[in-house]
Amino acid sequence: MSDDALPGGERRQLAPPIDETGALGWMRRNLFSSWGNGITTVVLIVAVGWILSSFLDWAVFTANFTAASGTECRGGGACWALIREKWRYIFFGSFPYEQHWRPFFAVIAMLAMLITSADRRMWNWRLLVIWGVGSFITFLLMFGQIHIPLSLVLFVALAVGGIGMSLRKAIADAGEMNAYRALAAIGLVGLALRIAGVLPAWSFAIAPLSYVETSLWGGIPVTIILATYGLAFAFPYGVLLALGRRSNLPLIKGLCVGFIELIRGVPLISLLIMASVMLPLFLPSGTTIDKFLRAQVAVVLFAGAYIAEVIRGGLQSLPKGQFEAADAMGLSYPQKTLLIVLPQALRVVIPPLINTFIGFFKDTSLVLIIGIFDFLNTANQALVDPNWAGFPGEVYLFAAFVYFIFCFSMSRYSKYLEVELNKGTRR
Amino acid sequence: MAAKAARDLSNVASVIELKAVNKWFGQFHVLSDINLDVKEGEKIVICGPSGSGKSTLIRCINRLEEHQAGDIIVDGVTLSNDVKNIEAIRREVGMVFQSFNLFPHLTILDNLTLAPIWVKKMPKKEAEEIAMSLLNRVRIPEQALKYPGQLSGGQQQRVAIARALCMRPKIMLFDEPTSALDPEMVKEVLDVMVELAGEGMTMMVVTHEMGFARAVADRVIFMDRGEIVEQNEPQSFFANPQNERTKLFLGQILHH
Repeated sequence: MSDDALPGGERRQLAPPIDETGALGWMRRNLFSSWGNGITTVVLIVAVGWILSSFLDWAVFTANFTAASGTECRGGGACWALIREKWRYIFFGSFPYEQHWRPFFAVIAMLAMLITSADRRMWNWRLLVIWGVGSFITFLLMFGQIHIPLSLVLFVALAVGGIGMSLRKAIADAGEMNAYRALAAIGLVGLALRIAGVLPAWSFAIAPLSYVETSLWGGIPVTIILATYGLAFAFPYGVLLALGRRSNLPLIKGLCVGFIELIRGVPLISLLIMASVMLPLFLPSGTTIDKFLRAQVAVVLFAGAYIAEVIRGGLQSLPKGQFEAADAMGLSYPQKTLLIVLPQALRVVIPPLINTFIGFFKDTSLVLIIGIFDFLNTANQALVDPNWAGFPGEVYLFAAFVYFIFCFSMSRYSKYLEVELNKGTRR
Repeated sequence: MAAKAARDLSNVASVIELKAVNKWFGQFHVLSDINLDVKEGEKIVICGPSGSGKSTLIRCINRLEEHQAGDIIVDGVTLSNDVKNIEAIRREVGMVFQSFNLFPHLTILDNLTLAPIWVKKMPKKEAEEIAMSLLNRVRIPEQALKYPGQLSGGQQQRVAIARALCMRPKIMLFDEPTSALDPEMVKEVLDVMVELAGEGMTMMVVTHEMGFARAVADRVIFMDRGEIVEQNEPQSFFANPQNERTKLFLGQILHH
């Protein structure tokens, strides 16, 4: 005791023993702490080295990168010449060959949109601008032409005016409120006139490029569009379902529970087939809904049910006191939900939520069942060419690599979000 | 905390009236026939064994719990299922909870300004000025930009009091405000409450801090099994309890 005591009565801080620190200390503690551990370490290192060296031998040293056809490729290692030959088809599918720059830039636009909206500083009105502009560029490039019907313009005016009036009531000044009122009035009157048949069925065309229909879309843009818009719509929808499931109103609660259980109870494939084969049977003859859109809606419905259950977990993790404190202050239900409940509930469920997102990104590949050419399906189709038959390993490995890049990025982003959002809020 | 002289409140208007209030949790009769009249500026301390219904009673006043029979009239408004009514009453009634219930994802300042901005539609700048002056009053202005998780229990409870005061309430309800605190932090919270009482706030406090009751209360109410068993001004309540149950309870909490 007396050795450790400093004059002020404080205790002397001792350095840890030398063999507990540094690289050697770490190895001793973690790899060779006993005979058994030492042997396991050596055996595992040898096994991993052997597997890695034979893989590298196949994938790099004896691989063929330049063969002109499948027959030249045979006998050696991996036939990466196949990827070299087919990569444009794998990435862009049946999109007209000379127009491949369009899906390429569409993918760039979407990635830019996703990456910029990943930054927390963008989480305000800018997000709407980013997604509006990004989506417009994406679909203009993919379709080549966009026709905006008058009724849609009027509907958007009504929606923006209405939402602005109700959400910004507390904050907006008189001028801003008048602008919302004017927008809503124009939308409402216009729509009424349109329905009454006074206004003609006019549409505004933006048509700088040739039109490419969705059945020709394929490859990576299809996968990214299905996943991005699927999840972007499924997320708010899932939030509403989760809130509805906890509602005090029996009808709303029943509907939400029923929907969630129904959707969770069937495989995504059966939902896709229903959307693609059965839905047209119920529609009046002559009306068609684009197959791509139907698949997109099926993905939204399916993902929404799963996301709802994840978010419900977050809602249940909130202590009752948080709801009571918000109630006692006189906050209304929407205020309580948006300001107190969701910000906390969503933080808690970031890991399972991103887990669901990753799952759905990969599940979009199931659309191949109804003949949509997503990335995995185009990769699959690349194998059909008789000139290049017999190299499934290379193609699937390549596809797996591309999927991995996306999923791993999401996983890293989840980690970043957890740290970023919990700054200062936890002890 | 010195004992103070009893005040004459008979000419003052009532702000809370409970008339034959009854409440059940399932089959359990948690409040039976409660009649209570709280005058403006009156400080009431409610004590009683756990499960006696004292928390439920004050939680009925701002409708965190719903009573099933009888009338509760707060500041002239009769509580009903009408949401507008409930929200109007909640604007006038501040509440402090046993477990603080600060919002962990918001800074202290944001915790305070949230309700004034969203419920009272107060401009942000004005709300922040009021918040800072209240933080000064509870003596923690330097914590304004921290998060609740970074504060001690006593500091958090003082923030919770300031948060409730931010709405400029007419009535403050305290639901065991010091029960979740470490002993050394109880005093800092009670000091704030004594100060508040000195400024004339109408207060209903559920607590076992009998020193606080002696110093501040105009009336002490003893509840047991859902009933108001006895009520009196503090001096006589402690010196001369009438009911056997009150004597038993006071014996248990004062002699250890």
